[in-house]
Amino acid sequence: MPTSPSEPDYQLAVIGAGPAGLAGAVAAADRGLRCVLLDAGARPGGQYYRHPAEELGARRPDRLHHHWSTFTDLVRRLDRHRAAGRISYLAHHHVTLLERAEPWRLHAVTGADGSGTAAVRADAVLLATGAHERQLPFPGWTLPGVVTAGGAQAMLKAGLVLPGKRVVVAGSGPLLLAAAASLTAAGARVPAVVEAGNYLGYARRPGVLAQVPGKLREGVTHGAALARHAVRLHRSSAVVEAHGTMGVPPAGGWGRVTGVTLARLDADWRPVPGTEWRIACDALAVGHGLVPQLELAVELGADTRHVPDGTLALVVDRRQRTTVDGLWAAGEACGVGGAELALAEGELAALAIAGADRVPAGLLGRRRRLRAFAELMAAAHRPGAGWSDWLRPDTEVCRCEEVPAERITEAVHELGASDARTVKLLTRAGMGWCQGRMCGAAVACLAGQDAPAPDRRPFSCPVPLGRLAELPTD
Amino acid sequence: MVVIGAGVVGAACAFYAARAGLTVAVLDRGPVAGGTTGAGEGNLLVSDKAPGPELELAQLSNRLWRELAEELPAAVEYEAKGGLVVAGEPAGLAALASFADRQRGAGVRAEAVAADQLAGLEPHLDPELAGGFHYPEDSQVQPALAAAHLLRAARRAGAVLHLGEAVEALRTGADGRITGVRTARRELAAGAVVNAAGTWGGEIAAMAGAHLPVLPRRGFVLVTEPLPRVVRHKVYAADYVADVASGSAALQSSAVVEGTPSGPVLIGATRERVGFDRTLSTEAVRLLAAQAARLFPVLAQVRVIRTYRGFRPYLPDHLPAIGADPRAPGLYQACGHEGAGIGLAPATGQLIAQQLTGALRYDLAPFAPDRFTAH
Ligand SMILES: Cc1cc2nc3c(=O)[nH]c(=O)nc-3n(C[C@H](O)[C@H](O)[C@H](O)COP(=O)(O)OP(=O)(O)OC[C@H]3O[C@@H](n4cnc5c(N)ncnc54)[C@H](O)[C@@H]3O)c2cc1C
Ligand SMILES: Cc1cc2nc3c(=O)[nH]c(=O)nc-3n(C[C@H](O)[C@H](O)[C@H](O)COP(=O)(O)OP(=O)(O)OC[C@H]3O[C@@H](n4cnc5c(N)ncnc54)[C@H](O)[C@@H]3O)c2cc1C
Repeated sequence: MPTSPSEPDYQLAVIGAGPAGLAGAVAAADRGLRCVLLDAGARPGGQYYRHPAEELGARRPDRLHHHWSTFTDLVRRLDRHRAAGRISYLAHHHVTLLERAEPWRLHAVTGADGSGTAAVRADAVLLATGAHERQLPFPGWTLPGVVTAGGAQAMLKAGLVLPGKRVVVAGSGPLLLAAAASLTAAGARVPAVVEAGNYLGYARRPGVLAQVPGKLREGVTHGAALARHAVRLHRSSAVVEAHGTMGVPPAGGWGRVTGVTLARLDADWRPVPGTEWRIACDALAVGHGLVPQLELAVELGADTRHVPDGTLALVVDRRQRTTVDGLWAAGEACGVGGAELALAEGELAALAIAGADRVPAGLLGRRRRLRAFAELMAAAHRPGAGWSDWLRPDTEVCRCEEVPAERITEAVHELGASDARTVKLLTRAGMGWCQGRMCGAAVACLAGQDAPAPDRRPFSCPVPLGRLAELPTD
Repeated sequence: MVVIGAGVVGAACAFYAARAGLTVAVLDRGPVAGGTTGAGEGNLLVSDKAPGPELELAQLSNRLWRELAEELPAAVEYEAKGGLVVAGEPAGLAALASFADRQRGAGVRAEAVAADQLAGLEPHLDPELAGGFHYPEDSQVQPALAAAHLLRAARRAGAVLHLGEAVEALRTGADGRITGVRTARRELAAGAVVNAAGTWGGEIAAMAGAHLPVLPRRGFVLVTEPLPRVVRHKVYAADYVADVASGSAALQSSAVVEGTPSGPVLIGATRERVGFDRTLSTEAVRLLAAQAARLFPVLAQVRVIRTYRGFRPYLPDHLPAIGADPRAPGLYQACGHEGAGIGLAPATGQLIAQQLTGALRYDLAPFAPDRFTAH
């Protein structure tokens, strides 16, 4: 394919307008770089600074956010750079393919319905694509009324909608507390927050914790809010089954979750027989942490590392450079660590790309402390291998392709699959619309892989065939 | 006997050998179907083959696949759906007609389809086409499942499977005979070692000091979102045959479009020799998409959800190496099937088993492992 050097449209392309991407684009433009900021969503802010569309006329989007002023400040700077022509901000631009050439070429699927395409060229690329939620299946997890913890949080922030009136929050990770706090603040009852880990991991290294007062404050705020609403926190426990009816509309209605069975877990997350108890609810928000979204970089052969929470993240150096020339990364893509870390990394990447010879020591220190804290948290929330004990043979693991646990077990024990890729080939688990984002972690674990290989998704999102036929080739 | 490689060819070798009563062990450095078998398509074609040794092998294989389909579980997704080769221009159609004539002479069923009959076979096909040929014998399987179920059947007949173990060396007797294999975990003694290592078959041959120039020929496949049946046969344009036979290293593409039982339409595949380079070629993707949209205009609106790539095991004359290697007694070659390994696997497996049990009645000369000279 012809790779004759052509004039780049931009000096820097930033993929993702969450905290990392926003901070990166703004800081790079501050230093005079001509930038393009592409994001799949409708508004800047990413997963953290989600906010209602203006039409909804929400008066106080800040109520559900910490550090809302940090965000409004970033958006003000973004707007100034846009007005001055230093940043092009492209909403509804999902970068589906990153082509390594001189200059880089980014192919995006555009529009709210994903029917258009666009290509931009840039000298350097900053990947700030964030993370998606990790799901571990359990009997009943496909019932109406079962939502993801991050999804519940996002629904609240973006549309101020509650998933139910009495919402059990379960899974693992700090997001559970945030979700429970938001839900109660918005008027829901949260009868229980059910955490599979036991949080002791943090306490083992109090030194690291003491260095991140912001995080402590966050935890204390959530904790106080939850105490005020009489929310009970159960550690080393999990929802091992959700009850309710699937419903057969229209006659049978839409069906609904009506309650959950909880059980105590051993250190390996294996349910302890005889410890089950039941709680009534009309919604369940469940999540098991976040998985960095790496496919654009993995496709280019970027090195990844194993994070203590069992996920993979991009390897970056002190200047946020990946192992692929000209490709930088910041935020959750480098390992899940929260919005504050994402902001620091975005700015550091921008400084490096702009060739700044002095980097504020405070910024470096903040990144170091927050990263260390993130790794500590990651270890505390790593799923134990015993979780799969709560599956039944007919529990659906891949929802897109409707693959039950027993088919995966058969592929592993009788057909010679020893990794997630082969399970996928032999069962179709992970081959559907979401390309394994939902079931990938569970399938890798059922395949007996404790160190999963990076997911390969050559297209980061579906592309109309007619548009692929028009890919630019000059 | 030890089979190196748990792809479809190794699986077929193990299956027929175990059935013939041999003691069989299969080794693979990865999982089942982790090589090219898990990265290709499952077309079992006679339509693209000119009369000659490959066509004969494909005809034998298609008969065997039909038998296997009766015996293996439905999960292998065998479908005798037939192929449809079309031409856009009268000149292309004339070339197709003379190709089909020669194939008929070799016993292939090929039926002319006039332009106005195409829609009866494929309602969504471009209405401007000049005509085509229908090949009712073309069929398909799901390659990874086919390999896995062949191996399961072989294991039920006594074969043993060692996964995650690379063969690091071949054992050689005092007389130069190959007597087994060595991995990091074990040594396996065997009267016969079958090299079914596909694209990596040249490395195994080299362990025995034998030259076998297997090269990778890269291919991309596009996969659409699941659709109701819009494509009924395997449909491709006339220039596909020329691409398959080409010796050029440059990118070639003529899309074969087909529906699958699970819904997605597969569009494959390109051919180019670029070593083991995994980089996604936007040019390959563009060509496949453009060709598919030309054949089936409705596909332009459909979403492509993924693409994958694989490396076909290519030998310079496009024929596989099958049978005892006279340069290394005890070593049997069963690799280099390029873009037809799924189709040719059962015949390969059966012939190897027959050679090992002294029951061979087939002329393997065109597939002789020592037909290439090193330079
Ligand atoms: C569902 C969910 C809910 C969360 N809720 C909370 C919470 O309540 N409290 C909290 O402290 N933390 C929460 N987090 C974590 C928090 O979002 C992160 O710590 C923080 O947002 C990380 O910032 P980031 O810039 O790295 O990524 P993100 O904020 O995730 O931003 C990534 C951005 O990249 C875009 N993107 C991704 N891929 C592409 C692509 N290929 N092309 C174009 N754009 C792309 C996305 O649309 C997104 O806007 C949540 C995370 C998730 C996934
Ligand atoms: C895009 C594409 C489309 C295709 N479409 C079709 C089609 O429609 N129809 C068709 O018939 N064919 C098709 N093919 C070709 C077909 O996939 C191959 O010919 C076939 O899979 C080869 O099978 P195999 O068993 O020889 O090799 P493989 O499946 O590659 O198996 C070889 C095995 O050997 C193992 N191995 C290698 N070295 C060692 C070692 N040292 N120790 C232990 N194990 C080792 C590997 O791990 C591998 O699993 C296509 C190929 C591609 C790439």
